[in-house]
Amino acid sequence: MNDAAANPIRGIEAIVVGASAGGVEALLSIFGVLPTDFGLPIIAVLHLPDERRSQLAEVFARRLRIPVKEARDKELIEAGTLYFAGPGYHLSVEQDLSLSLSQEDRVHHSRPAIDYLFASAADAYGAGLLAILLTGANQDGARGLAHVKQSGGTTVVQDPAEARIAVMPLAALALHTPDHILTLGRIGSLLASLESSPC
Amino acid sequence: MDKSSDIELRLLIEAIYLKYSYDFRDYSGASVKRRVAHALRQFDCATISALQERVLHDPSAFMQLLQFLTIPVSEMFRDPSHFLAIRQEVVPLLKTYPSIKIWIAGCSTGEEVYSMAILLREEGLLERTIIYATDINPASLDKAKQGIFSLENVRAYTANYQQAGGQCSFADYYTAAYDYAIFDKTLRENVTFADHSLATDSVFSETQLISCRNVLIYFNKKLQDRAFGLFHESLCHRGFLVLGSKETLDFSAYSKQFEPLVKQERIYRKS
Repeated sequence: MNDAAANPIRGIEAIVVGASAGGVEALLSIFGVLPTDFGLPIIAVLHLPDERRSQLAEVFARRLRIPVKEARDKELIEAGTLYFAGPGYHLSVEQDLSLSLSQEDRVHHSRPAIDYLFASAADAYGAGLLAILLTGANQDGARGLAHVKQSGGTTVVQDPAEARIAVMPLAALALHTPDHILTLGRIGSLLASLESSPC
Repeated sequence: MDKSSDIELRLLIEAIYLKYSYDFRDYSGASVKRRVAHALRQFDCATISALQERVLHDPSAFMQLLQFLTIPVSEMFRDPSHFLAIRQEVVPLLKTYPSIKIWIAGCSTGEEVYSMAILLREEGLLERTIIYATDINPASLDKAKQGIFSLENVRAYTANYQQAGGQCSFADYYTAAYDYAIFDKTLRENVTFADHSLATDSVFSETQLISCRNVLIYFNKKLQDRAFGLFHESLCHRGFLVLGSKETLDFSAYSKQFEPLVKQERIYRKS
């Protein structure tokens, strides 16, 4: 396994992250280290029980130094911003690097689905995408992560030994071999290193 | 990126437009791509080109594909607070009109239509209202005309109805038969169901209120602007436009031509 922190990945244009059970703490851990002037867009799907109004963006905005928003339909993706998928809608990245929402059927009982975000972002960013799959209790994200890899992007799976619920990381590992299997601490360092790595 | 399949997808969409005049060229790409991929599995076609060949030479195959390309996800009184806001903020103003025309654009299988009709009946407005309910999918329109919904779903709609400020018992509006709820046909006496495309057709009537919910998210910005243009043209002076909970005029060329009445509930008024 490469030591990602020692060999910063180059040419990353955007980051997508997926998580389910245990995801709030995991995301706070990896994003908590990011500085105010972090230069890349981050788009995240975190499964939550269906609620009409999600507080995710507010919760994370209070705890992080980077700007945090709930993704809006047709919004152009801005560098340095963390976007969360709102509840009840799938979130995709379009070819013009805008965000779009849709209400197709659930994937692995989930809407938003990590698979849809990852696959659409892979189509839009190709080799410029870094995709990270974290703790979770279902198999959403595994296929999307494999699609990222096929499209030339870089894939990271949280070390299942550390994940609060290992089902999601293990499902991903069963489908493809990611570029990195890392603990949350090292994923945070990897993200922080991207910011300083020249493109 | 699989370049060949992207080319095939564009060709399929173009072929559908040329042959059947259904225009998906300005739909949001990511979702169309997934729906075609889903259709490929159902049609047992190995490539999009194979699907294109079948659809071009067999109109019934196209009608089948259309069911995949459109998304019939709907609920009655979806986002109850939206309907409550219509009742409280829009209805008092609608009451000032001697007659009312409402356009429900992209009505799918009719859930939005029956919701609106029930709300109008309770406010004493249904008798003097004409509702135009339009969609591009004839199968959805047929279902909407029947007004038969699964009883299981209707249970969830009952909670929505109550939260939306419903004044009666929801069961007053339908008859239960086996696993279905058959809605009162007098609700649709003043409803005209019609085939209409926001991508290719033009305005057909002046209206006081247009409801277009969870339709525009499937369009790219250009097509959204076309739809907003039609709505602007159809609406009377100070007419109402209501959208889905995640839809906004904010990124549109028409953002200045409408003003929010209840922004949180996506209720706008022509400026």
